[in-house]
Amino acid sequence: MSFDTGVILDNFPKLLTGAVLTVQLVALSGLGGLALAFPIGIARSSRRPWVRALPWCYIFFFRGTPLLVQLFLVYYGLSQFSAIRHSELLWPYLRDPYWCALIAMSMNTAAYIAEILRGALQAVPRGEIEAAIAVGMSKGQILRRILVPRAVRIGLPAYSNEVILMLKGSALASTITLLELTGMARTIIAETYMPVEIFLAAGACYLAISFLMVRTFKLAENILNRHLRHAR
Amino acid sequence: MNLHGFGPQLLQGTLMTVRLALSAVSVGLVLGLLGAIAKSSRHAALRLLGEGYTTIVRGIPELLMVLIVYFGSSTMIGAVLRQFGIDTYVELGPFLSGTVALGLTFGAYATEVFRGALLTVPRGQIEAAQSLGLGRWHCFHRIVLPQLWRIALPGLGNLFMVLLKDTALISVVGLDEIMRKAQIAVGDTREPFTFYGCAALIYLGLTVLTSGGLMALEHRANRGYRRARS
Repeated sequence: MSFDTGVILDNFPKLLTGAVLTVQLVALSGLGGLALAFPIGIARSSRRPWVRALPWCYIFFFRGTPLLVQLFLVYYGLSQFSAIRHSELLWPYLRDPYWCALIAMSMNTAAYIAEILRGALQAVPRGEIEAAIAVGMSKGQILRRILVPRAVRIGLPAYSNEVILMLKGSALASTITLLELTGMARTIIAETYMPVEIFLAAGACYLAISFLMVRTFKLAENILNRHLRHAR
Repeated sequence: MNLHGFGPQLLQGTLMTVRLALSAVSVGLVLGLLGAIAKSSRHAALRLLGEGYTTIVRGIPELLMVLIVYFGSSTMIGAVLRQFGIDTYVELGPFLSGTVALGLTFGAYATEVFRGALLTVPRGQIEAAQSLGLGRWHCFHRIVLPQLWRIALPGLGNLFMVLLKDTALISVVGLDEIMRKAQIAVGDTREPFTFYGCAALIYLGLTVLTSGGLMALEHRANRGYRRARS
């Protein structure tokens, strides 16, 4: 098979700019999703049914439908309402594919992170919470000082998996005209007609990015759990 | 909700989505089983093959996988056939490409699920089978496989839910499934929210149905264990 490495080298700078946008999308939506997930996850593990109901619906919708549908609903769907099209506050953002991708990806990943968070909150040993009550901490203090720090350490491995899934999900941003790694690859192919070479190069870029991300999370885990190192 | 007569079209798209998901899952289950056997093989070359397969496929976005299979397959198949002196042009259509791409992805994740399940089959049972004179195929088929299924089912169920949602990606290469039908309807009616919302509801319905079906399957697979647990 004639495999043209020259075309990969020629277009590598372009792929790299696409990769930068991919990383940017993943990092920002990862942070945005995390910020959204905290209230949702905490409300989801509430004991009161009417507090639990709304986050349950949110999680059910975002985990039960494809990211592509969510992306299209935000980017194409919202423009159906003239109130949004004429809103000076919202329209500049909702018209922009970059912001739409960020919004859809953040909301999607927030649903998954909220479930991770709920699992992690429930995995915090009961005795530690009882101990906190016994020394007289208030509910807010327990949440801030015991529950959340413990849950973050328990949930970190699952969160890193979710970020990797988001990296793969970010390829969908190419369907709403964003030139991230996949979108850039498709543009280059439209010019060069070399699908195998360019797609494989893009795939290699994704592998490299996910490798670096896994490494970073391992490092963060080691730093956060350094108090456990002696015991092991 | 006014669908402007596009309801039957969406229904056809739903059928196509279900067909694609079922054919991809059957490819994926075979690949996953083969991958798990390769990964727990005694031969280093097979282990390396399995390792390479899961690492590469799990690190590449599903959308890119679909594009690689759809746009790259004719070049790659042509190159392989040319080695055998056959010079023809072979093209995989959207349905076959989708089946292969989603099946490859499902298989890579299923490999890990099956491998975990393989480890739970007690070594003693395999030794017992060998001492009874069962061949390797019989041992796998009669002793290991029936037990594997029960352990692997919850993990495979989750993967199937992911696969079901990933079928939406095949709309990008033009398969007439739910998303593509919704796109066509949007182009005609200029009501994107209505139709993409409708598509979302169909996917939600499919997810609910699937999780119900999976629960029934798990219930059935665990029927021998029910009394022991309570």
